[in-house]
Amino acid sequence: MSSPFLSSPHTVATSQVPDERGRFGEFGRRFVPETLMHALEDLTAHYANVKQDAEFQMELSDLLREYVGRPNPLYFAERLTEHAGGAKIFLKREDLNHTGAHKINNALGQALLTMRMGKKRVIAETGAGQHGVATATACARFGLPCVVYMGEEDIRRQKLNVFNMKLMGAEVRPVTSGSRTLRDAINEAMRDWMSSVKETHYIIGSVVGPHPFPMMVRDFQSIIGLETRLQALEHTGSLPHEVIACVGGGSNSAGMFYPFVDDKNVVLTGVEPGGKGSAPGEHASTLVHGEKGVLHGSYSYVLQDSSGQTSDVHSISAGLDYPGVGPEHSYWKDTGRVNYVNCSDDEALEAFQLLARTEGILPALESSHAIAHGIKAAGKRSKDENVVICLSGRGDKDVYELARILRKDI
Amino acid sequence: MPYIAAGDPDLATTAEIIKELSSAGVDLIEVGFPYSDPIADGPVIQASYTRALDKGLKVEQIFETVQKLTTAEDSLPPLVAMVSFAIIFRVGPEAFIKKAEVAGFSGLIVPDLPGDEAEEFAALISGSSLDLVQLIAPTTPDHRVEKILNTASGFLYCISVAGITGARDELPPELNDQLRDLRSRTDLPLAVGFGISKPEQVDILRDVADGIIVGSAIVRHLENVTDDASKAMALKAIRQMADGLVAATHRS
Ligand SMILES: Cc1ncc(COP(=O)(O)O)c(C=O)c1O
Repeated sequence: MSSPFLSSPHTVATSQVPDERGRFGEFGRRFVPETLMHALEDLTAHYANVKQDAEFQMELSDLLREYVGRPNPLYFAERLTEHAGGAKIFLKREDLNHTGAHKINNALGQALLTMRMGKKRVIAETGAGQHGVATATACARFGLPCVVYMGEEDIRRQKLNVFNMKLMGAEVRPVTSGSRTLRDAINEAMRDWMSSVKETHYIIGSVVGPHPFPMMVRDFQSIIGLETRLQALEHTGSLPHEVIACVGGGSNSAGMFYPFVDDKNVVLTGVEPGGKGSAPGEHASTLVHGEKGVLHGSYSYVLQDSSGQTSDVHSISAGLDYPGVGPEHSYWKDTGRVNYVNCSDDEALEAFQLLARTEGILPALESSHAIAHGIKAAGKRSKDENVVICLSGRGDKDVYELARILRKDI
Repeated sequence: MPYIAAGDPDLATTAEIIKELSSAGVDLIEVGFPYSDPIADGPVIQASYTRALDKGLKVEQIFETVQKLTTAEDSLPPLVAMVSFAIIFRVGPEAFIKKAEVAGFSGLIVPDLPGDEAEEFAALISGSSLDLVQLIAPTTPDHRVEKILNTASGFLYCISVAGITGARDELPPELNDQLRDLRSRTDLPLAVGFGISKPEQVDILRDVADGIIVGSAIVRHLENVTDDASKAMALKAIRQMADGLVAATHRS
């Protein structure tokens, strides 16, 4: 459904988005209670400042180098390439970052910004727990008190991360409403923020939510794509033919894709969680199966019923178990700049084990979705082409869940 | 000005509550459209929404129930729909406005459509018989107040506390100053909501506000409705509460 006043025609995607109202083509904007509007205006102004501020950018890049360990490698996966039987497969090793996923890139950026804004307390939501861990880490590093909202179901699935967050001094608040997953954790974090907005910054973990979050998180994650560009040129003398990343809220993929948006010859593919099937409730493929709507303060594709109620979703991976997606992805979908596909729980599980055996790398279940599709995509390409897959995180956090599913004892 | 969520525990009860509130002499009734992700609502209203949605409540059924009521009863106070923009967008803004008009609503409160995003919707609604009620928060700075007043109609919904819905013991001391300031800038009636549950709070606000909105404190009575007996008790408790608040607003 497209309403006359939200739509604005767009044909070719550019990197010059969003506009000052937070619009990516027609998508994005700010559908939030008035109570939060001033904080969002304030955040937008502060972010515009630090984006231009050499000192801030230097501080962030020092941290990324010395604390996170960037740049991480663009690794040629030789045995995986042999297995796929086509294009050369390169893995962007976000799993080697401190805390084991791409989430730290954004958490550190926003933690620095929190201090610039003079705010004294941080809240966050988390699904798989990787963003919670990254935020708890950044807060420990800077001595900021930190509360992380996490759905009860995810607390069960991701025990290890819950323990890690507590070790770093964060308070983990279980969320018992709704489906007890990421979506409800975001609701609870927003509610906290409504009452605490004067003193508190909400470090949102993906490219979702009201403007300026989708833009800001994309910018902080763009280091992934910027490094990949340079490393691909170094390794192969050319840009990759295709770049593949998994899409939950869409932050590792947005950070990977954004620096390639204007390189029209680079094929960009986002992989969504296909779960157990294509019926409502069996998957969380927002761009593949969803429709336009409003969720968590932004206008984007949403999995919803005919009355606008958000649908229940399913994915084996807690970090992809989300019925919404960042507005820039909706823009990329509608302009045709990025292809969105999905892969099932079973395919992801298989890819997890395959990467472990062929490369000695345990990928996160989220990233396993990108691996599963990447093998197929590389298999269809010729041997002199190059495919990059974003390995957004490592799989240690998932081994308990994996053992449960595979009925193995640990 | 009481608030209730439609369909909790069912629409027949919602209709009975509206009649009861009407005969208590309330000035206006807010009818909440249950939504799966209400970020401005506290646990009481969230739970009420969840109870309604778990029974498969559809937007269309709310309109039908309200239309029956407004057609059958001629002494009802104005009914205003409190509804997320997610639902309006899904139904289609024009279609939603038309259906709300036909049902007999007097206006819409869209808590997640702030002034900046409201311009186009306000333009659409100005061609209808409905008012678009806008909200002002304690965190709203001066330059935003101006913008919001430009698209508001009906009355102004002044949020008493920075936070979510839910009864609170105390109201912030700055509230009266903010209401006086607003009074000097607009002729729209000022209604205060969020956190109000007691006649004593009404006493404090009577001179600075034209209306007082009570939500969670009313909705709470529906938490344990399971059969006719518990329903009768809930209706009685809601009536008593409404009587007390109406009496407090009319004291002088
Ligand atoms: C390793 C990893 N990859 C991907 C995701 C999905 O998030 P996004 O789509 O924002 O990158 C998560 C989220 O928890 C994650 O932990």
